[in-house]
Amino acid sequence: MKKKSQVNPAMVFNTTPEAPQKKKFCRFKKNGIKYIDYKDANFLLKFVNDQGKVLPRRLTGTSLKYQRKVTQAIKRARHIAILPFEGDSLK
Amino acid sequence: MATKNLSSNAESVVLKDYESVIIFTPVLSEDQLKDVVSKYRNLITENGGELVHEENWGLTKLAYPIQKKTTGFYHLFEFKANPEFISKFELAFRRDERIMRFLTVALDKHALVYNTRKRNGEFNQGKKEQKQEGAK
Repeated sequence: MKKKSQVNPAMVFNTTPEAPQKKKFCRFKKNGIKYIDYKDANFLLKFVNDQGKVLPRRLTGTSLKYQRKVTQAIKRARHIAILPFEGDSLK
Repeated sequence: MATKNLSSNAESVVLKDYESVIIFTPVLSEDQLKDVVSKYRNLITENGGELVHEENWGLTKLAYPIQKKTTGFYHLFEFKANPEFISKFELAFRRDERIMRFLTVALDKHALVYNTRKRNGEFNQGKKEQKQEGAK
């Protein structure tokens, strides 16, 4: 009981770093992906939330270099109506 | 790289790699679509361009309505062209009422590698096997 009450508030306020959880990594660096295809909607869906907004690097773990390419690709995909500019439930 | 191109630009035309996605209105018939596509295909080749690859995605559902249409015919051109040709090419798109939307992108070296690999079907290992089959 005591243990639980100690852990939970910390989790709520997100004060503890997520060290016990898996270390985030950049999937592009790890898999050697150099080019992000703006025509590949299913792949880009991993980088937007269910409203169609771009997810922050904080959540996806993407490095800055590739985050820029991801956003570029998402914006291109939106222009050619492959991804929505706004949506309610994409996933 | 840019300086190298500029210096050699004087005597010979340097062709750059581009990729265009065009969305045609869904009201076109099959013959009309073929006509328009061949018109732009000819426009590329007549202006000293070189068609590398062409892809027809068929009638595809749009993520949001454009000009009150919810579907469109997608067509992809991958080509080499003189950079000055692009503005001409896009002007023709803007004047064409059959085109709802277009996007022309210059391809870098990574994109070229990716596109050739995709064409050879090297990505069919589950992760990138989706092929945008809008006709279904």
